[in-house]
Amino acid sequence: MATRTRYAPDRGLTVRMTATMFLLGLVFVAFVALIIGIMTAAHASAAAIVLVALIFGGGSAFISLFYSDKIALAAAGAREVSPRDAPQLHGIVDRLCALADMDKPRIAIAPTQLPNAFATGRNSKNSVLCVTDGLLNRSGLTDEELEGILAHELSHVAHKDVQVMTYASLLAIVAGLLVRFAFYSELFGGGRRGGGNNGQAALLIPLIMLASIVVYAISFLLIRLLSRYRELAADRSGALLTQNPSALINALYKVSEGMNRIPTQDLRAAEPLNAFYFAPAMRLTRGGRGGGGGGASLSALFSTHPSLEKRVAQLAKIQKELGQVGPDPRGIG
Amino acid sequence: MGFLDTLFGRTKPVQPKLDDLFGLPSAAVQLEAATGFKPTGSGSVSFRAPEGKPFADIQKEVLELLAMDDGKPGGGLPVEVTKDTYGYTWLVSNHMSDEMDALVTDLHAVNSALVDGGFGPQLLCTLVAFSDDSHRRLSLVYLYKRGTFYPFAPLSGQNRDNALELQVKGVLGDDLRIEQDLTRWFPVWGAPGL
Repeated sequence: MATRTRYAPDRGLTVRMTATMFLLGLVFVAFVALIIGIMTAAHASAAAIVLVALIFGGGSAFISLFYSDKIALAAAGAREVSPRDAPQLHGIVDRLCALADMDKPRIAIAPTQLPNAFATGRNSKNSVLCVTDGLLNRSGLTDEELEGILAHELSHVAHKDVQVMTYASLLAIVAGLLVRFAFYSELFGGGRRGGGNNGQAALLIPLIMLASIVVYAISFLLIRLLSRYRELAADRSGALLTQNPSALINALYKVSEGMNRIPTQDLRAAEPLNAFYFAPAMRLTRGGRGGGGGGASLSALFSTHPSLEKRVAQLAKIQKELGQVGPDPRGIG
Repeated sequence: MGFLDTLFGRTKPVQPKLDDLFGLPSAAVQLEAATGFKPTGSGSVSFRAPEGKPFADIQKEVLELLAMDDGKPGGGLPVEVTKDTYGYTWLVSNHMSDEMDALVTDLHAVNSALVDGGFGPQLLCTLVAFSDDSHRRLSLVYLYKRGTFYPFAPLSGQNRDNALELQVKGVLGDDLRIEQDLTRWFPVWGAPGL
């Protein structure tokens, strides 16, 4: 019995994401090789710096991953709501979770006037989906548009984006710490040391610093690129889950417009959570949506979210695909 | 989801499991013996229709699918098509209260027709309604993606009779695969056919 399907995997996105992760892995391997090189050179002070940075970086990443739901809720000042408090919200999420066959995350509401939503947590059992008051009350979203946003956030949970991004950021955290430690040790330790291999130390520590700066810069750009691909993937999965990309497009426009209307003190307050949000609360340049000009390219490189145009273009493609029914890619359903 | 799907941020559509539905008639007998709840003869199937088409077109498409599946020329299963406030389409089939076998056969046919039509990943749940002599209502909800059932007993307002639901879980444990994860027992207030 041949089964038709309305899903088609986006190979282009998968390829681009693979390339990004490959590059990130390459930088990682190179960096580890360098560290091992330093360790075997066995200069005590250099090895100690590297070790401390690894422990601190790994430890902080592990803690932030393990407590990501609690940290994010506390930072957003959000409170968890029961089905009785927010029946509509729970009703939509219940149904989406049943459709997608996933565990239902806890649901929280943040008392922020910015219309936005985020999902966080290290795995599906410990995840929490948070929407802001502004999204529910002020943004003028219809139920379908709200559903589109919730489906996008649920896709982040299903794709384990918090885990993926934490692992991806690990390298940048360690490299960043190394830059700082090497800098301080140069500043305070460099002059005092005497003895035989002093010349080697004077050479090693700036080398660590330089390599760390390069690694930090490259991995920072790659992480941001990966983050943008994860957003596109969540948009795509969310739209396929609700079968309603148009509602998600409308929601994107409404939320982005809402973001631009809000005064700046709210934007600053929202900055730490930026990477988890449905739409970015912080922008490097505040250009119009018509964008794509020369000045926008740098901000696009650093941004955690793809541009509105890119996201809408992808959803428009899905809109078209949903109209046509393709053959099942796995042959027999 | 597999490791690679997680790595690439892909979501594979989940195909429904349908055959467990045929456990319903014997479960209904067991349920009546133990709790006095009888089938009302009404059952429904809900799924998410893709956007872009007016509801009338979906109605027509679904009814055509059902007519094709029936095999008899000019036939077709008697179902009502409605849409709920959450945007899901419901197909309601009505039988006499003692025709549980026929109802389940119909529901299975509706489900297979929808799966053949490419709506498989969009199926939400199948629901069969029961009531007892004091007009308490109960429904058994079938979750396709997990292949499990759970009881849903609405009271007035948005309250559910959890005691009754847990009792039913105990009674039917041998006849049906009951969803063990209670967080998946989501309420379907005001579902058509309930």
